[in-house]
Amino acid sequence: MREPTDLPWEARITSRVQETRDIFSVKLELVDPGIRETYRSYPGQYNMLYLFGVGEVPISIVSDPDDAGPLEHTIRAVGRVTHGLERLRVGDTLGLRGPYGRGWPLQAAQGRNVVVISGGLGCAPVVSMIRYMLRRRDDYGQITILQGVKHSNDLIWRRQYQEWEKIRDVQVLLASDQGGPQWPFSVGNVTVLMEKAIIPPEDTVAVLCGPEPMMKAAIPRLLERDVDPFHIWLSIERNMQCGIGHCGHCQVGPHFICQDGPVFRYPDIADWIDREGF
Amino acid sequence: MDEHSVFLPRAEATRLLQALKGAGFDRILGPVAREGTLLFQPVKRWEELPMGIRDVQQPGSYRLQQQEGSRCFAWANGAQALKPLTFTPREIIWRAQRSVEGHLSFESAQESPEPTAVVGVRACDLAALDLQERHFMHGRFPDPWFRKRREALFLVGVSCSHPADTCFCASTGDGPAITRGHDLGMAELDEGYLLWAGTQAGRTLLERLDLDEATASQRRAVEKETHQATVTQSRTLPGRHLKQGLYERLQAGHWADVGERCLSCGNCTAVCPTCFCHMEMDEPALNGGTSEHLRQWSSCFNAEHSFMGHFVVRSDTRLRYRQWLTHKLGSWHEQYGRSGCVGCGRCITWCPVGIDITAEAHALLQEAPDA
Repeated sequence: MREPTDLPWEARITSRVQETRDIFSVKLELVDPGIRETYRSYPGQYNMLYLFGVGEVPISIVSDPDDAGPLEHTIRAVGRVTHGLERLRVGDTLGLRGPYGRGWPLQAAQGRNVVVISGGLGCAPVVSMIRYMLRRRDDYGQITILQGVKHSNDLIWRRQYQEWEKIRDVQVLLASDQGGPQWPFSVGNVTVLMEKAIIPPEDTVAVLCGPEPMMKAAIPRLLERDVDPFHIWLSIERNMQCGIGHCGHCQVGPHFICQDGPVFRYPDIADWIDREGF
Repeated sequence: MDEHSVFLPRAEATRLLQALKGAGFDRILGPVAREGTLLFQPVKRWEELPMGIRDVQQPGSYRLQQQEGSRCFAWANGAQALKPLTFTPREIIWRAQRSVEGHLSFESAQESPEPTAVVGVRACDLAALDLQERHFMHGRFPDPWFRKRREALFLVGVSCSHPADTCFCASTGDGPAITRGHDLGMAELDEGYLLWAGTQAGRTLLERLDLDEATASQRRAVEKETHQATVTQSRTLPGRHLKQGLYERLQAGHWADVGERCLSCGNCTAVCPTCFCHMEMDEPALNGGTSEHLRQWSSCFNAEHSFMGHFVVRSDTRLRYRQWLTHKLGSWHEQYGRSGCVGCGRCITWCPVGIDITAEAHALLQEAPDA
């Protein structure tokens, strides 16, 4: 794999989709062919995206690393940089450096059942892992996908979830805290879905990504269902400015989320995320 | 100090500066009394050093006093360690350019640092530099900006004979004598200086000076002063199991007590020689064609530090002080193999309300562990 450098590379937007009012997806092509050919990422990693004159933000990589095509990122416009990125269109350029961080436990999950629990835009960092597993369907057992959103309008990729659902031994469960008139799925917290979820107690790996209160609520329910805590993995989010473990903002106890994570084995991070202020 | 120490008479001390210049160090920095403290400034002659100056340090207070005597290092430390020389308070790290057609290109803003000799570095500050090297140079992503500046330094350490009331390097094991991290070590006596080499570059410089060996009585005099500088230090950090002790007391009531007193100003992190946190930002030019990407010292006492877009992880001072102390004295061990405190005492002196890291650590450990 190509080691990320200190400087961004130029990347061009090749397609753009407005997913919801404030969420959009862009596909990015690295402009230099040599860098494009040697760039490799791993599901669960992220890139630092740079908006000219404004700054950088860490954004997880949505596309399957085995896709030779452009790099896909799904972004919520929430701060200065992401509001600016939202205004870019196809053909516009930005800076990209990465990939950074440790991704999902694909090796540990191989040959096992996998439960994917995500909330809000936490669905983005897990998508590349789901795509990776579904491309190698025989390497994994039951795949259960749970996604929760605050409002039914916040659900993105509805069609993709419906396609995944048709695949053998894949269960997809969607919930919204507030359902609308066109909402055919469950109403409530993502944890209410766990009652309906197929979670074989043996040989199950759980991966979680989303707001920490959501993950903290889901984990005891996984433990009740006899999922081994050693097989629970979470992706943690903190303020990251450098991506390379230098700036210090993303520390949680002894961990630099940007390079020791963002994905952690639950027992390695449990003591810290349960405490206010870390 | 070692058995190969040589002696530089006080009257000839400027020869050391000349030898450094002769060895290619066009920039020689030494401690100079300025702005009410001691700062590393360019020096050409030994007389520019703070002769007869003493520092009086107390929690929240720093005063210089002019006294009799010819000693130039009869003080403990100033507000700055070596940190600004290798980890610049504010610097451009790269520049982005946007062409008229909208193409972006990026170039490193790295400059070639001038070879720099620093005379009068304390043992605590050499230990702190070693810690900063572990952070910036020896991780998975070595920092090229830090590394180049570090490699341009030649360090003349000087053993402490007059520690301040706020010093506790004996307790952390980082001083007061120069034992590692130096190119050249130095100890001051009334009649002059003992010098010894720590690196090949230091040995080469001593050969240029061609000095006589130090006498046994001069070596004994230095040993005595070092011993005195060790035993006069009254502050200590709790020695054993400090990390575990703090981790077991994350809910202690004393965090709220210190949180009430702390102003969350970030002075302690600015003067701390090991604190490495910084923020990154962009400054675009008005013509819209270029933008400079900068990094600037930052502090875990700022709200910005743990800002998450829609919330702040550490919203009050209690949580920020706890973050600082449990990192400095706790999780540094996991990250860099030792505590992040070298006992220089600057955070005590330069705290506007005189919060004392050693007193807070002792008070915390006196509480019962969390249930």
